[in-house]
Amino acid sequence: MNERFVLTTPLEDASLEELHIGDRVLIRGIIYSARDAAHQRLVQLIADNQPLPVDINGQIMYYMGPSPAKPGQAIGAAGPTSSYRMDAYTPALLAKGLKGMIGKGARDSKIKNALREYKAVYFAAIGGAGALISKCILNAEVVAYPDLGTEALRRLTVKDFPVFVANDMYGGDLYEQGIKEYARKALSD
Amino acid sequence: MRELHVRTVTDAVRDMAIKANTELGQDVIDAFHRALEQEASPIAKEILLRLIENAAIAKKERLPICQDTGMAVVFATLGQDLHIVGGSLTAAINEGIRLGYQDGYLRKSLCHAITRKNTGDNSPAVIHYDIEAGDRCKIIVAPKGFGSENMSRVTMLAPSEGLDGVKKFLLERVKKAGPNSCAPITVGVGIGGTLEHAALIAKQALLRPLGSTNPDPELAKLENDWNNEINLLGIGPQGLGGRTTSLGVHINTAACHIASISLAVNLQCHASRHKEILL
Repeated sequence: MNERFVLTTPLEDASLEELHIGDRVLIRGIIYSARDAAHQRLVQLIADNQPLPVDINGQIMYYMGPSPAKPGQAIGAAGPTSSYRMDAYTPALLAKGLKGMIGKGARDSKIKNALREYKAVYFAAIGGAGALISKCILNAEVVAYPDLGTEALRRLTVKDFPVFVANDMYGGDLYEQGIKEYARKALSD
Repeated sequence: MRELHVRTVTDAVRDMAIKANTELGQDVIDAFHRALEQEASPIAKEILLRLIENAAIAKKERLPICQDTGMAVVFATLGQDLHIVGGSLTAAINEGIRLGYQDGYLRKSLCHAITRKNTGDNSPAVIHYDIEAGDRCKIIVAPKGFGSENMSRVTMLAPSEGLDGVKKFLLERVKKAGPNSCAPITVGVGIGGTLEHAALIAKQALLRPLGSTNPDPELAKLENDWNNEINLLGIGPQGLGGRTTSLGVHINTAACHIASISLAVNLQCHASRHKEILL
């Protein structure tokens, strides 16, 4: 429990198998960012049997829509958005080979089952730490859906992006465990 | 009669939009430090330290604290003896928001309600006007992120449910919001008025500095009691467990109808941003 790892994308099953909830991970390499609107389009492509604009096999999707980059910067503030809004889209992407997601907040039970089925992991980044996280992003480019603005699909090059393992492939849930550990009183109902 | 040119309003709103999004209030940073002292969870401590670091980077580099630079909420209180000249006050405020979000490299997060097409400049602002005695104009710019706004709720309780009912709804709301509201949060509570008035006073309650005491001793006691109960839920920073779920409960009240206890719970993430100016 609570080990430290460095993961370089693309991810392999062997390295994901080592991860358990509460582990701290530094992520390096290429990851992709998308949020609600881009997810809707990606999943529509899958439903229509069309190719995706990028190969997501072994990749990580970061739920994030950045603020605009200032001149000379790779990206603006770039913290995670709430992941539950992507729950409806996630299983289809996992079935296409996606291996990791970074966001904030708990996922529903369908996602936990899908992580088990597809041997994938959900990581939590610190919501609201947008300025800090931007320092880990060396490069950002829009690879699809530029009309969506901040919601476009981006390819990011990251170095030592700090995250926690929130859901591992063994059904573990850091949110449930963490809250249970510190709750000193249950609601009366 | 004292005059105020709309250009002055636009400039002030522009500057406040940028400053609010890049400079976290000292009251919030102080609250992070107080939370650090009483946290037991190593993950919670690490998160609080990173939030303090994040605020420092944002201020130094004029980067947004959070990429969700919010829907711009503006509270404008006009003295009745002040004359606004040079054009429409509403247009001037919206122009200030447009300029601030453009010049400050802030995210444009507003879209059409039906087509979902982005408005492109983060306008229009949600503007709440009030009129009071005097000849000044007070403007508050409060960008509101929607992680926590999505988790906020309004309800109408029966009088028989009483304060226990209010507390129950409040605790359940915070519990259901869980990790999604980007804790540690500030909890704005509006009790009384109509549906929309309860929501408005709940949002105004969020503007009170963290660590301040409610001037009404009865409300001050409720704020303290309810804050303690919320922090027993164990949700903690980012919902990963800990003692710091809420940095403060702030209650505003208005007269209730005899048939109802209107109740709004407006959650505010740790990026509690607002700036004000007196013109």
